[in-house]
Order: sequence, then structure tokens, then C-alpha cells
Amino acid sequence: MHIPDGYLSPQTYIPLAAAFVTVTAIAVKKVKKEISVKNIPYLGMAAAFSFIIMMFNLPIPGGTTGHAVGSAVIAIILGPWTATVAVSVALIIQALIFGDGGITAIGANCFNMAIFMPFVAFYIFKLFNANSLNKKRVFFSSFLSGYISLVLAAVLTAVEFGVQPLIATDPDGKALYCPYDLSISIPAMAIEHLILFGIAEGIITALIVRYFLKNEPGIIHSIQKGVANENK
Amino acid sequence: MKINKTQKRILIILIVLCLLTPIGILLPVFFNAGDAWGEWSAETMKDLIGYIPEGLMKYSDTWKAPVPDYTVNSEDASVVHQSGYYIVSGIMGASISYIVMLLFSKLIAKNGK
Repeated sequence: MHIPDGYLSPQTYIPLAAAFVTVTAIAVKKVKKEISVKNIPYLGMAAAFSFIIMMFNLPIPGGTTGHAVGSAVIAIILGPWTATVAVSVALIIQALIFGDGGITAIGANCFNMAIFMPFVAFYIFKLFNANSLNKKRVFFSSFLSGYISLVLAAVLTAVEFGVQPLIATDPDGKALYCPYDLSISIPAMAIEHLILFGIAEGIITALIVRYFLKNEPGIIHSIQKGVANENK
Repeated sequence: MKINKTQKRILIILIVLCLLTPIGILLPVFFNAGDAWGEWSAETMKDLIGYIPEGLMKYSDTWKAPVPDYTVNSEDASVVHQSGYYIVSGIMGASISYIVMLLFSKLIAKNGK
């Protein structure tokens, strides 16, 4: 899902970069407000985890590869704003040092995986879990949160790819950037994430949230209110 | 900085994950899977559609990453060597991500109080 340089037209990557900068500025303010000193190590670990989990390329036999992102679990445990900052750090390092994702596409990639995805994940988790502390329900909600948020982030990425032939072609009708339109990009990216990569994101999200629920339930951002209510 | 028991455990899990990263290159080789969708090189694109889109040609070399594709030598055919490069890249990338995020968090936590 790391869009390389040359696949997006400036008309696409400039607005997405502007959106990324704006939202990240807000995220930094929110994180500053929410941050608790004892959780700082977790913030570092979140960025490292996102970086490392994206290296686990999974194959569609005979086809393409893809991977989980880690945004969902970070959004559930540390909150979506923290996920925005942590996953952006990982994505920017991947682009700058390892050439994974383009420089011109940093804004787009961060928008898709570090803004859109964690917020979708967070609200899906809240929707299904509704502050419950029931282990099975938390596990199930976490799985769905990871699964759906990765699939939707992939579809958003596919839309960014797929609109290129509509907005940027040369006089002969040849594509200037991504040559595949929406009718190809959306099914291609949706299906691979629905059948494999989304499931991987769902499973790691559910397993890690379960681990935290058992060992450190108090820090789980998205069910903190549940914990507070229980104590009343 | 003090870290608690859960934090220590997670750090260990992260280190183990770094060492397991070669799975991310071995599985695709084993199952004969190629690039991620939409992440083809300009040359691969030429094979796919018969030409290299002009913008792709112009922008694809915008940035020369110091360790492109998590390897120091993409020509090296040895799976063992590639696994080694991948692990080192993983440790390097995860450590830098950890340190950057940690310093950043400390900085904003300090300014906020």
C-alpha cells in the first residue's frame, strides 16, 4: 500500500500532503494533551512495531504481496491521534531510508495508513465493543477493527491510483501516472486485502489487544471509559 | 527512563519480530508472489502495459534511498545474504522509529507540563 513516486499526479499528492500536514499538526496537539509520561515507552514501541510489521510481506500465491500496518491496534490501545503520529514516523523513515513509498507520496501514504486507517479502526472498535470488557467481545471487535480498517485503507489507496487515468493523460490518451483506472484498481486492492492482508491485520490486532486487556487494561485508550465506569 | 514488566516483554517481542522478518521475503519467494499492487518499478510497468507513463519516468527517481528495498545489494542472489540484510534493515528501521518517536514524545510531554 506504499504508493511509489510517479504513480500520483501533483493534483493528487499535493492536496493529500496538505491534508496530512494539517491533521498531523492537530494530532501533535492532541497527543501533547493526552500523553502520560509512563506510557512514553509504548509510543516508541508503537512506531517500531508498525515499522517492523510492514516488513512481513504476505504472498497471494502466484500473485501480489501485501502486509499488515499495525495502525488498528495502536489506535485501539493508544488512541487514533497517537497512532497518526507513530505510524507517520514509521512511514517517513521507510520512505527516506528504505525507498518504500515515494517521497512525493509521503503525504498520501501517511494520509491512508496513518490518518484514515487508525480513525476508521478506532470507530469500528468503539461501535462493536461499546466499552465492553468482555474478553470475547473485545477480541471480536478488535479483529473487525483491524480487518475492516485495512481493507478500507486499501480501497482509498486504490481510488487514489484509479483516478489518475481520469485526470492525467497525454494527448494520445496514454496515462502519465498510474495507468489503471478505478475498475481495475479497486477490485485488485480490495480483494487481496479482503482475502488475506486484512485477516492478518485483524488477527494481530485481536491478539495484541487481548494481551493488553489481560496485562494492562488500564491503558487501553478506547475502553478507558469502560474501565472508569466499572470503578464507579 | 523506567520501563515496566509489560513494556519489557513487548520490547523483547519486537526484537524477536526483527529476527523473524526474513519470513517477509521467504514466503513470497516460496509462493511465487511478486510486487505489491501499484508498486511496480518503471521497467516492470513497461512489461505490463507496453510503455512507461511519462510522469512515472520523470518522478520514479526523485529520491535515492540509502538502503533501497531493505537490502544493500539487490543483485545478490543468496537467500541467506538477503535475509541478513533484511534483518539488519529491520533492526535499523525499528530502532530509528523507536528513538524518533520516543524523543518526540518526551519533547512534547516536557513542553506540555
